[in-house]
Amino acid sequence: MLSIQNLTKTYRGGKKAVDNLTIDIEKGEFIAFIGTSGSGKTTALRMINRMVEPTSGKILLDGTDLSKMNPVQLRRQIGYVIQQIGLMPHMTIRDNITLVPKLLKWDKEEKNKVAERLIELVNLPTSYLDMYPAQLSGGQQQRIGVVRALAANQDIILMDEPFGALDPITRDTLQDLMKDLQVRLGKTVIFVTHDMDEAIKLADRICIMHDGKVVQFDTPDNILSNPANDFVRDFIGSHRLIQNKPSVKTVDEVMINPISITIEKSLDEALRLMVSKRVDTLFVTDADKRLIGFLNVESFTGPQRNRQSIDEVMQREVVYVKTGTKLQDSVRRILKRNLQNIPVVDDDKRLIGLITRANIVDTIYDTIWGDEKEENALLVNDITTEEESV
Amino acid sequence: MIDFFTQNISDIVLKTWEHFYISIIALLLGAIVAIPLGVVLSKTTRLAKIILAITSVFQTLPSLAILAIMIPFLGVGKVPAIIALFIYTLLPILNNTFIGMKSVNGDLKKAGISMGMTQMQSVWMVELPLAIPVIMAGIRLSAVYVIAWATLASYIGAGGLGDFVFNGLNLYQTDLIIGGAVLVTVLALLTDFILSKLEIWVTPKGLKVEK
Repeated sequence: MLSIQNLTKTYRGGKKAVDNLTIDIEKGEFIAFIGTSGSGKTTALRMINRMVEPTSGKILLDGTDLSKMNPVQLRRQIGYVIQQIGLMPHMTIRDNITLVPKLLKWDKEEKNKVAERLIELVNLPTSYLDMYPAQLSGGQQQRIGVVRALAANQDIILMDEPFGALDPITRDTLQDLMKDLQVRLGKTVIFVTHDMDEAIKLADRICIMHDGKVVQFDTPDNILSNPANDFVRDFIGSHRLIQNKPSVKTVDEVMINPISITIEKSLDEALRLMVSKRVDTLFVTDADKRLIGFLNVESFTGPQRNRQSIDEVMQREVVYVKTGTKLQDSVRRILKRNLQNIPVVDDDKRLIGLITRANIVDTIYDTIWGDEKEENALLVNDITTEEESV
Repeated sequence: MIDFFTQNISDIVLKTWEHFYISIIALLLGAIVAIPLGVVLSKTTRLAKIILAITSVFQTLPSLAILAIMIPFLGVGKVPAIIALFIYTLLPILNNTFIGMKSVNGDLKKAGISMGMTQMQSVWMVELPLAIPVIMAGIRLSAVYVIAWATLASYIGAGGLGDFVFNGLNLYQTDLIIGGAVLVTVLALLTDFILSKLEIWVTPKGLKVEK
């Protein structure tokens, strides 16, 4: 879809910011450009929407040379999310989201429809559409920054360290959201970052740059297992290399059966189920077993006491992992967010399993005392059943 | 002093009105010329320096001198006075428009352009709305100056509250001088107050909201 050929940018004074960059990007791929500051990653990104013009070489978009296109028209086709959020402070959230549709002269109704659809996509209430950026938190603003880049159905999204200025928890949430959107909508994303964790987590392929040159361009797994040279090895850090060495377990191997309830049931039934199964978290699904929220002890106490239905009291923001996720990723997430457990869902967001802290401890014991399996088998079983009720 | 106000009431209304509209026309003309010029200058750094230097020179010319210079070219009356005052309004508005446009956050300009705005759209949709508070400050400053200086316009026969002051000087009547001066001051403060309301009204709502 996007073919970058011998792209070079030389600044005045002869410094080569990007030196003979040649890569091909497929449709629907999530590409991360990573490197130290001054490695040319941002310059490379900006040449894709012609905010920077290349000194030599060319970029083909579906076979068309970008330099032959009108830069203004081109930029309206390419979503762009910048580092410093960049929402227009004098425009409402609605006007911010529909900025590119406005430039493309869509009619009002179409713009409103897009704004409403997109704000729901990032789990913000539609009432926010008529508020101003200053009234939103940094994380909420950057959610708007992300969907703004999708408003005109752009196929390619460029992101220039979009989550760099956010706190770790917000950043984590937005990374999940971004990855989810990218997969679901089939967008091609080109992402600049200097955070290796972020690149590994999000990217299908990572392009490591140094002094304007590509050092290695490969999938995260290949880079972690076969770093091209010492620079790459240093850059990704030894702890990550080691982390990736032992046979990789996925969440599917260790997850347990979650206790769940469908949303139309009464609160009373939910409470009885929790008591009988001795669990403190009860997941709520719709009729198709799709995860939509959870109940915990707090749902039955405090201000919500008078509420009647599950729908009213359940928490809707659930952190989950997808089937096939590496166990270490879910561990990282549990620790980072200080969660007690994390549900596992399939591609349709149907609840299929649950990882708990005790679960993970089991796995660690398993790896350490793996040869004493016979003896442990009993113990592990014990803990697992216990776990369902924690 | 009270006598001055009671005896001249119809004259006061007339002169105040004259004074006000000479000033306002000069101010409007100044805004019409200086704001677009300031926008254009904000895009050309080198030209901007030259033009701003020239308008600064105009600003340093004594206002009485400028009014006097007008006489051979345009004669006496309201027109030359308005033109002279208009020259005075240029610099504050021009300067503030230039600064306002320049001080718009570069990331926002870049964000607009990288989403596909043309230069014109960037000016209309991003830079001007965000520069409004600074531009309005320039207009308010100009308004106060121009109302003060319009007093001198009476010297070349433009009328206005200056008539009281100059008559007072000629006739040695201090209450005319003081009365005229007080009226000019009141008019200036009142205009500034009205413009401050206008400023609130034209400032984009998003720049005023609290968290």
